[in-house]
Amino acid sequence: MIFYAISRVLQSFAVMLVTAFVCFILFNYVGDPINNMVGQETTIQDREALRERLGLNDPTAVQFLRFLRNAAQGDFGISYRLQRPVKDVIPERLPATMELVFASAVLALALGIPFGIYTGLNRDTWLSRAILTGSLAGVSLPTFVIGILLIYLFSVTLGLLPSFGRGETVQVIGWWTSGLLTVSGWKSIILPSITLCLFQLTLILRIVRAEMLEVLMTDYIKFARARGLTDRAINFGHALKNTLVPVITVTGLQVGSLIAFSIITETVFQWPGMGFLFIQAVHFADIPIMVAYLVMVALFFVIINLIVDLLYFVVDPRLRMDRVETAGQG
Amino acid sequence: MKRNILKIAIVFFLMLVLATPAMAENVLRWASQGDPLTYDPHSANESPTIGASTQVYEALVNRNWKLEKEASLAVSWEIINPTTWEFKLRKGVTFHDGTPFTAEDVAFTVKRANAETSEFRNYIKSVVETKILDDYTIQLITSGPNPILADQLTYVFIMSKKWCEKHGVTEATSFKDQEESYAVRHANGTGPFMLELREPDIKTILVKNPNWWGLKQNPHNIDKIIYTPIANAATRVAALLSGEVDFLLDPPLQDLERIKANPNLKVQQTAQIRTIFYGIDQGSAELRSSNIKGKNPFKDPRVRKAMHMAIDIKAIHKKVMRGMSIPANVMTPPGVHGYPKDLDEQRPPYDPEKAKALLAEAGYPDGFEVSLDCPNNRYNNDERICQATVGMLGKIDIKVNLVAQPKTLHFPKITGRKTDFYMLGWGVATLDSHYVFTYLLDSEGPWNGSMYSNPRVDELTRAMEVEMDLAKRDKMIRETWEIITEEQVYIPLHHQVIAWGMNKRLEMPMEPNDQPQFRWARMK
Repeated sequence: MIFYAISRVLQSFAVMLVTAFVCFILFNYVGDPINNMVGQETTIQDREALRERLGLNDPTAVQFLRFLRNAAQGDFGISYRLQRPVKDVIPERLPATMELVFASAVLALALGIPFGIYTGLNRDTWLSRAILTGSLAGVSLPTFVIGILLIYLFSVTLGLLPSFGRGETVQVIGWWTSGLLTVSGWKSIILPSITLCLFQLTLILRIVRAEMLEVLMTDYIKFARARGLTDRAINFGHALKNTLVPVITVTGLQVGSLIAFSIITETVFQWPGMGFLFIQAVHFADIPIMVAYLVMVALFFVIINLIVDLLYFVVDPRLRMDRVETAGQG
Repeated sequence: MKRNILKIAIVFFLMLVLATPAMAENVLRWASQGDPLTYDPHSANESPTIGASTQVYEALVNRNWKLEKEASLAVSWEIINPTTWEFKLRKGVTFHDGTPFTAEDVAFTVKRANAETSEFRNYIKSVVETKILDDYTIQLITSGPNPILADQLTYVFIMSKKWCEKHGVTEATSFKDQEESYAVRHANGTGPFMLELREPDIKTILVKNPNWWGLKQNPHNIDKIIYTPIANAATRVAALLSGEVDFLLDPPLQDLERIKANPNLKVQQTAQIRTIFYGIDQGSAELRSSNIKGKNPFKDPRVRKAMHMAIDIKAIHKKVMRGMSIPANVMTPPGVHGYPKDLDEQRPPYDPEKAKALLAEAGYPDGFEVSLDCPNNRYNNDERICQATVGMLGKIDIKVNLVAQPKTLHFPKITGRKTDFYMLGWGVATLDSHYVFTYLLDSEGPWNGSMYSNPRVDELTRAMEVEMDLAKRDKMIRETWEIITEEQVYIPLHHQVIAWGMNKRLEMPMEPNDQPQFRWARMK
């Protein structure tokens, strides 16, 4: 168990290093940040002088080592576009994305699991079929189309909800600003979180449904039925518990996807989060922000995967048993 | 218990839906695509940033919405001798923090804008020395005669010496310091609005400056301005349609009809000071992306004229620009000093047969291949114009390979002289033809990606920089326009037309440089 944990942690380090290197190399060849920092008329000499000042003419290896040393201290330099230190900008945007992702995950689970159970238990009702067909929209319609449709319906036509922004925010602890403590914040988060949760909702719904159908075919369920347990006891007491284990795993891994897809949702709704910051950095060739964002997202993925792997090891007794047996026979 | 929960839920829902803020003051909410980069007025020479600075800061000379120069912080100016300009400054002006405006601040600003760290150096670099005669009189000494100093000064925003010293921002943003400069999110100017809150990418709030000197002659009634950048075009239009914003600077062309159809909204449009054109490399011996080896087809003016004739600008005007463009034959629009109206009206009619004949005469009866570099996020429908052009040039057997990229990747190709055939749009900050010549036509012009080099044009361009006799200078400008139009150095397309979408309650004159100045706005 310990060896497993240590080896996974070391692998994570290696992944992080490679990611940092790849991002860094890639972005040195994308666009010319000098062009975005100066106006139309700056002379060639002035541009060269700025390149020197920013250290953009040093050899790549030197720039990368400088970058690693600073990154280890949390210092990613100054954003070319915002002219502020990156380590000040990121904490400002992080809460927005985290709250959006959290709201979407909660929505996806809160709607996905019940729908999945219902469609698993009642396969042939029209409601089941309607839910399944409707869920297709969740995976086939692109996120930005769903977002624009919702804006058109709820903001322009009905005038009920705001079409952009995060509403009023409140400083909660330190640098964390929350939009969940104000009325306008709640109004603002509804549409983006619906947009973002749809594909995850569909995924959870179908996994729960498939798992329910499979579990209901197993022997121990047949035996429980033979013993005379009520439907309710069978479905929710036994079947559901076994269904949920893979769902939790998948959901955990999907959180990474939510963060990735949030880029599009945030752009549509002008949600001031990390994803939106990243897109603007790409347009502007704002290398410090792009690199910081990718390194951070890689970190999230690596940590989540690490936790899920370790949890799996802990939760599923079969994995533990196999290792002990082979160790004993070896 | 259940009934109580139900009641609370209903109340909560109603609260959500019905909560609307009460408005006792005139609040103007507006949006556009780009956020200003900084509130330091000497830091970033680009449109949204300058637009933001003009609400809060002022220059010695200002341009009104007819683009005429008018007295601003300087009430009058006089040329004492060819290298000395004397400015009489306005009395009774205070900065937002209460300190009075004097000649000291002008001298300080000139120094700050002239520093290496300032992006506005080009507007002030001819000034080598300032002489303060008294608190309200200052002389600017130039290195050589500069006939257009007053035009250039419209972009030099005056900052308070005391405020800059107090907050350690005596230099415009320097990237060497790893800290954020105080001036990025704070401002202290003399303008009609004061900066109250600046959250980059989220919102910016300006409030009325009750002590503004210009309030008597410009009695605007805007108490507060809330600006939100909205990058996504559809969301921006939705915000205007739903009434969440009152003014949109850049509604997409295809949504203008929808905005007009809304009973509460209106669209205003005007010709912009920006012309879109194609640049063609006529300096290289061989083109990089062509199948013609050993020679450069673009060097032959007949080829350039053929391409010009092969572009059906009326079709582009109607279908691509939806009527929002003014077909052109010169690279600069009306409103710029020296604009040759007669030459602009002489665009040869669309004639693909004649173009093909010209090409054959030049020695390319089978046409040739070439790549066209195009931006896709800078000008109105830039990529679509290029796509239309590809089709049109294909009809005369010039097979064009379109490369459309964001401006970050596109513009370095032009300044780095790495492109055969490219699209560019040029605004004219000083509203003088010299601005066009010096950047785009002078052999050493930083944006002369066509590598055009004509010693006579170079000579004229440099001579007009220092010619104080305005009649003589105008003759030089005219001659230059005649030369480059005759030689078809660039292929002009059209002058852009800009449209603003706004609530009918808002009255504002339109500015051809696409920079709204809210000092002239009124809300009904």
